Amino acid sequence: MGIKGMKKEEFKDNESLELFEESGTNILLSTIDDVINWGRKNSLWPLTYATACCGIEMMATGAPRHDFARFGMEVYRASPRQADVIVVAGTIVNKMAPVLKRLYDQMSEPKYVVAMGACAISGGPFFLNSYSVVKGVDHIIPVDVYVPGCPPRPEALLYGMLQLQRKIETETIKSRKKRNASHDVK
Amino acid sequence: MEELAKKTGTGEQEEYTINMGPQHPSTHGVLRLVVSLKGEIVKNVEPHIGYVHRGIEKMCESITYPQIIHLTDRMDYLSAHINNEAVCLNVEKALEIDIPDRVKVIRTIMAELTRIQSHQLYWATFGMDLGGLTCFFYGLRDREKVMDIFEETCGGRMLVSYNCPGGLMYDIHPNFQKRVKEFLKYFRKTLPEYDQLLTGNVIFRERTKGIGRLSLNDAISYGTTGPVGRASGFSCDVRKYEPYSAYDRVNFNEVLFYDGDTFHRYLVRMEEMRESMNIIDQLIDNIPEGEYAVKMKPVIKLPEGEYYQRVETARGELGVYIISDGNKNPYRVKFRSPNFANLSVLNIISKGFKIADLVAIGGSLDLIIPDIDR
Amino acid sequence: MDNTGLSELIRLFDEEIEIKEGKQFLEISVPASKLHRLANQLKDNENTCFDFLFCLSGVDYGNDLGVVYHIRSTKYNHSVVIKTRTPDRDNPMIDSVTDIWQTAEYHEREVFDLLGIKFKNHPDLRRLFLSRSWGFPLRKDYVDNINIVTKS
Repeated sequence: MGIKGMKKEEFKDNESLELFEESGTNILLSTIDDVINWGRKNSLWPLTYATACCGIEMMATGAPRHDFARFGMEVYRASPRQADVIVVAGTIVNKMAPVLKRLYDQMSEPKYVVAMGACAISGGPFFLNSYSVVKGVDHIIPVDVYVPGCPPRPEALLYGMLQLQRKIETETIKSRKKRNASHDVK
Repeated sequence: MEELAKKTGTGEQEEYTINMGPQHPSTHGVLRLVVSLKGEIVKNVEPHIGYVHRGIEKMCESITYPQIIHLTDRMDYLSAHINNEAVCLNVEKALEIDIPDRVKVIRTIMAELTRIQSHQLYWATFGMDLGGLTCFFYGLRDREKVMDIFEETCGGRMLVSYNCPGGLMYDIHPNFQKRVKEFLKYFRKTLPEYDQLLTGNVIFRERTKGIGRLSLNDAISYGTTGPVGRASGFSCDVRKYEPYSAYDRVNFNEVLFYDGDTFHRYLVRMEEMRESMNIIDQLIDNIPEGEYAVKMKPVIKLPEGEYYQRVETARGELGVYIISDGNKNPYRVKFRSPNFANLSVLNIISKGFKIADLVAIGGSLDLIIPDIDR
Repeated sequence: MDNTGLSELIRLFDEEIEIKEGKQFLEISVPASKLHRLANQLKDNENTCFDFLFCLSGVDYGNDLGVVYHIRSTKYNHSVVIKTRTPDRDNPMIDSVTDIWQTAEYHEREVFDLLGIKFKNHPDLRRLFLSRSWGFPLRKDYVDNINIVTKS
């Protein structure tokens, strides 16, 4: 009954994240990096954005049993200017795509995106034979973490958020700009 | 400056239009409301929908009948089990198969548990919309107990897909009866707490009594069903006038009020939770023995013709209309969704109230937007 | 009232309509020009009293486009189905029943959006789900090779 916390060593089976840590920097910048990253990852505030069924599981993750707030996601902010991470929970259709892009553009740096659920990753159950579903939210905005499931369990979403925290931990001041280059407005 | 004041009128009586956009914390999904206001009084509300339109009806024309069940899960996801039941009953009626009693009783128990968890979520989010954040935590805490029961038997927490044409996917778990009885014992003691928190609360009553009145003639003409219709006195419970599954052998009351305002729409759902618990009480000890499914052919083909089946979801009357031409894919499937008709009354019942009341009215209609857009 | 009583009563309204016994409900087929008058009579007559329209669906029959109305009486608890068709695929027009049953306002907008059938005297006929220049997806000749990935 209940989830046990994952030990930090158990996250180590993720090779692409190890590659981030390989390139070294000088000692002064890396200490500043550590402090900034510690502050950012422990207080990620999500934006209230839920389209379909995955939204209910996201609300259930914030509910008392699997509590979101103990990992730092204390409050949901309604305004995109004040939010750090957008958890795209639910199907994105052609009519909603420009709205999502506008929301993402209005968020201020640093911002992260979590694609939750099969519909946000690739169109999900609506991939075949549907005329108006966008087949994956990464056609519109760059995604950091994909959380599979239909809908993913609250524990799966928590694991996804912890992976995002670990990804933030390995950032440096220099590597941030290269990430969004492919999706920026030219 | 004075010309400007003459053009726009005095400060309090300006007319303007605002947009409560698709992303909004209290519209319960992607609903866009274009509200024309005079000062703070609402003059006209125009809903814009289609932000989750996935084309389910067109998709159903190229998939087989058992595959439609997984799509109906995702329409009104809080009554997923009841949606599945609608399609299964329609297919079974068309093929004229007799379903074992055990299947009917289990389907009814699961449907009533679904109704309870949907109303728990309604209570949680309605309280949160009006500012009482405690309701969110209490409601979702208790809802997790129902999710545990679903997960043990059906495998999924919310989107269950437990029904299939001919019966159920698997038999119930051996712990099912014990867990349901424990839940009923716990919830009967907890429900009076909910009444203490919200129903008897002075602020809640001031915010909801007399707001958003819907008359009986309007309720029938606009096609509202479910708790919205029953709060205005429209007796529209499908479980009473056209019983299906095991509803003809249980005793329960249809909850009707005649005032039609927001407070009574809330009260209907509270009473319905109690009635659902009574129905489960009558059935849980006497689940008949037998098979859990009838053997069906691997490829299901419905005979040519048109079939309509109604069920009572947590939000109203869901209708599934299938036109078949004899193949394994249907020719046309139409889902008559309850939220579609309930949304159409939003304009007439919110005229003349303030914009903060619009949030309360929208919350009391309990809309699920993917069900409107399909 | 059961189906035989209903069919006798409704036949008195108009001689041109066809009444058939379907598998579940009585099915009344009526040409598009007589639809509004028949719907008014069905609602106003005290013995039938059909005041609740619970399903309005548009169907593409291949050559024709049609609309199917399921109505019920809250007083007597009987239901019938009304069907109409129009062979014109380029500019199909059918009378709107919004003034009889208000719920038809949104349902007819949906049928216009997905099938292209226009309704005369509708208070506000605009598209509901899709944008203005989208085609009519529910028609059988709707082709979309980019978005619809068909499984063969």
